[in-house]
Amino acid sequence: MTEPLLDIRGLTKSFGALVATDDVSLTLRPGEIHALIGPNGAGKSTLIKQIAGGLPSDAGEVWFAGQNVTKLTTVARSRAGLGRTFQISSLAMEFTVLQNAVLGALGQRGTIWRFFSPVMKNPELRAAAMAALERVGLADHAGTRTAELSHGQRRLLEVAVALTLKPRVFLMDEPMAGLGAEGSKGLTTFLDDLRREAPILLVEHDMDAVFALADRISVLVYGKVIATGTAEQIKSNRDVREAYLGEEEAL
Amino acid sequence: MTRESLINTALFLMLPLTAGAAWMLDEPFIITLATKVAILALAGVGLNIALGLGGLVSLGHAAFFGIGGYAMGILAHHAQNYTPLMEAPFLIEGTNAMPIIWLVAVIAGALAALAIGALSLRTSGVYFIMITLAFGQMLYYFAISWPAYGGEDGLSIYVRNGFPGLNTLDPVQFFAIAFVILAVTLFAAGRLAASAFGLALSAARQNAVRVETVGLSPYRLRLLAFVISGAITALAGALFADLNRFVSPTMFSWQMSGEIMIFVILGGVGRLYGPVAGAALFILLEHVLGGLSDFWHVYLGILLLLVVLFARGGMIGSLAGREVAHD
Repeated sequence: MTEPLLDIRGLTKSFGALVATDDVSLTLRPGEIHALIGPNGAGKSTLIKQIAGGLPSDAGEVWFAGQNVTKLTTVARSRAGLGRTFQISSLAMEFTVLQNAVLGALGQRGTIWRFFSPVMKNPELRAAAMAALERVGLADHAGTRTAELSHGQRRLLEVAVALTLKPRVFLMDEPMAGLGAEGSKGLTTFLDDLRREAPILLVEHDMDAVFALADRISVLVYGKVIATGTAEQIKSNRDVREAYLGEEEAL
Repeated sequence: MTRESLINTALFLMLPLTAGAAWMLDEPFIITLATKVAILALAGVGLNIALGLGGLVSLGHAAFFGIGGYAMGILAHHAQNYTPLMEAPFLIEGTNAMPIIWLVAVIAGALAALAIGALSLRTSGVYFIMITLAFGQMLYYFAISWPAYGGEDGLSIYVRNGFPGLNTLDPVQFFAIAFVILAVTLFAAGRLAASAFGLALSAARQNAVRVETVGLSPYRLRLLAFVISGAITALAGALFADLNRFVSPTMFSWQMSGEIMIFVILGGVGRLYGPVAGAALFILLEHVLGGLSDFWHVYLGILLLLVVLFARGGMIGSLAGREVAHD
């Protein structure tokens, strides 16, 4: 068994009396997609925030590539290679699509302390940004203002910016949300290939996508992981059916 | 050429054309007004890097303007009295050479901005406004209570400081100095906005979380922007003191901070030439309306209200339309 790249050990977070994350442990191994599912309010986004930085944990540790990153800032974790996408698109809305992608390429290369040469004319950064946009199919919109993109296109741009970071692990918070059936299918195919570049911790509500993609699935309910296993194991797990899948019998 | 760059060119030429025409008509007062516009615009260009590009609403930029003013005042005061600034541990003499005064002003402004910024930037929003205001007021009262350099009365410098090869007392030549500095700073500020640093700083204004996620620290970006901003405003302060041959605590007052901010807002926040347009309009109003009524600030207030309510891009925004992306 390969060494996990991301190893979450006993993470806990409470907001007053509400325990949002309750002793969660899970791992992400090279080459896999590990899906995190759970009903609304189960604490999925809280957990992603604790892993990516920005929300300190009450207890537990986050190990990334053999290094304890629990105390590191969001910036340091991004530098180390955690590439995150957001549930609610978090982009520079006044920028063009290309500018957002160049910003990602810039962060990854650490060439930020340049004050005099025009950044948008830097061939290396442009090439890296365009390559990422092409992969998600946004190359034709490179000159569009981000604020003018459709909701689905913004989701794709989130993914493209994450690609420019060349992360060692992807943390994706509901990348399919709002994409529509067609878009979801396209992104599913894309993520299926992407796992070979870096493993993906995928929070997703789209069950078709989850069952098609995930090597392993963890189910989070009220901040607790109630089960971890393959798609088949999860589908047949009684607790999971009761707590979660039962509500969506149509699946 | 886009409409905005046409407007910028017109604004850029407006100052030397005005000064040139006034020189031919032998109207030194108009030349002095044009010089004042150039210097105040320079202060605004400084603030605009923090406010427009970085989204840092500083109500304490008079601190840097005043530091620049006192850098000139203190150095020139010692030079004109033939007293050394400091004797131990080593001798520092005053000076009346503009280039040295500018250098001291820029360094002092940058250091002050580093200290003030390092503390203020830990807050945001209304707290940032308040803490920058507080620093400005601290320096204001410090200047008032410092008798060695004139206290409340300020310092008068009888002869304008010198620049090698120029007669700085000639209004046109002093205008040329101020204008060239403004032009060079505008060029540098334009390059800065389009640089890697400018892109990241602008992104930090729009969405700080996004910037962190790509592995950049918004705090460090903002701090450096604040330092550059403070240094430029301090340089403007040194020139302003030389224009008046007088420096007083008024340069540190919060009204001064407000005026610099008004230049930026009137002209257009984040627009490169916004402060030039804003300072020109402000001085024009001061002299046209000020001639009609002592209460001209009422009209300025109404104008500012209209700009904020209906023309968020300021004068340049209304004339040139929405900002064109740098691509």
